[in-house]
Amino acid sequence: MANRITLEVTRYNPAHDEKPRPDTYEVPLRKEWVVLDALNYIKDHLDGSLSFRWSCRMGVCGSCGMMVNGVPKLTCATFLSDYAPGPVRVEPMSHFPVLRDLVVDTSDFLVKLAKSKPWIIRKVEKPLDEEYFQTPEQMDAYKQFSMCINCMLCYAACPVYGLDPLFSGPAAIALAQRYNLDSRDQGASDRLDILSHHEGIWGCTFVGECTQVCPKNVDPAAAIQQYKLTATMEWLKALVLPRGAE
Amino acid sequence: MNNPTEYLPRSYHTRVSTYWWLARWAYVKFILREASSVFVAWIVVVTLLQIRALTRGPADYAELQNSLRSPLLLTLNAVSLAFVIFHAVTWFNLAPKAMVIRLRGKRLSSLAIAAPNYVAWVVISAAIAWILLRG
Amino acid sequence: MHKRSNEPFLWMLFSAGGVVSAMLMPIHVLLFGLAFPLGWLDAPSYEHLLALVRHPLTRVYLFILCSLPLFHWAHRFRFTLYDGLQIKHLNELINTFCYGGATLGTAVAAYLLWRIP
Repeated sequence: MANRITLEVTRYNPAHDEKPRPDTYEVPLRKEWVVLDALNYIKDHLDGSLSFRWSCRMGVCGSCGMMVNGVPKLTCATFLSDYAPGPVRVEPMSHFPVLRDLVVDTSDFLVKLAKSKPWIIRKVEKPLDEEYFQTPEQMDAYKQFSMCINCMLCYAACPVYGLDPLFSGPAAIALAQRYNLDSRDQGASDRLDILSHHEGIWGCTFVGECTQVCPKNVDPAAAIQQYKLTATMEWLKALVLPRGAE
Repeated sequence: MNNPTEYLPRSYHTRVSTYWWLARWAYVKFILREASSVFVAWIVVVTLLQIRALTRGPADYAELQNSLRSPLLLTLNAVSLAFVIFHAVTWFNLAPKAMVIRLRGKRLSSLAIAAPNYVAWVVISAAIAWILLRG
Repeated sequence: MHKRSNEPFLWMLFSAGGVVSAMLMPIHVLLFGLAFPLGWLDAPSYEHLLALVRHPLTRVYLFILCSLPLFHWAHRFRFTLYDGLQIKHLNELINTFCYGGATLGTAVAAYLLWRIP
């Protein structure tokens, strides 16, 4: 194995640049290095102005999402040697506005996530000294969807999100479903009102790439299809029993 | 990003290319799957033409049979067959994702839901073939 | 409070059409599109087909075969035009063409099946 590899990294400084363009860097190719290590090497030794997000460096915080050779990846979980001999193209996550270099503006995701009301909603609160019990089966019902680390790789992979500004996106819908399926939650109808609005979930055409790129096996595509089925049942119920069905 | 200021400069919005679906094989497969719906509609048209010909009499029906033997229509229908089968396979493989069925506490796997669909497909197809061929 | 969308209804038609086209179309295309024209199998006679088609159950079967798949096409094609050609701004035109087309096809099917002697 060669001991160097070339990275083509997107650079964009809004103060000087009209649009993003790639810069080339040659970094050491160490067997155990991930793409994030290469980026930190560039920042430490080659070009201190390179900007990118990262934090835990172990695949749990969701900060370091970027496009590596056109595929959304967590750079802390993507081995450099898998791309030997290179070059490796590192670009900011697709479908988000680029703030600088590899840093994107994620506020649209945060707005849409909040619309899903990703918290336990109770119609009737329990007294503070009473616990919510949950069997293993009840937890199993939503556990997979709770593994989401909000890394937004699914948004970078979803063509509908890239094309339709009103689409809520995979993670937001998967997290809505996570709470809908939680036995402690009573807020399913609240979420439905917001998400079943035209573009909320119905823009999804089950491309399925969100599930393919998810580093936590959340399977957001499945969550969305299940949500469509739920929304359809609710629509039928509302048709047959209007008003009094609450 | 609305008003760029000294401290919040203009962000860059990359336009999605018209050819976004060519960038990855997964996207190409997706578009092919969606395109299968056009061939589904074509088969409906063929079926309607057959019904109309049956209504008009044996001569009309024989004429339609002849057109179906032309190289153009044979090719079109062969391609339609490929797409319709592609639709069926992708449909049976993906539909289970929407259904969460629990048996004795454990969730049924996608295969457990898809398999009966495939069996039904074979049985129904055989039944239709038998009805058509026995006359 | 948002007004609840009627997309679920269209999605139901799309799903039903998807099941019908998946289960029934392959054998139809295989037989009528290839096997009979190419002589792999003996084509059923005109009399046999007419007798079959006259039966009310067959008419219902054919109506389902010709209507639901059209709505499946309508829904899928609409989203393909939105996302594939990025012409979502023409959504009124697209929706009319797709769902209108499917409705028209359904009406034609109903008419033809009604008029069988």
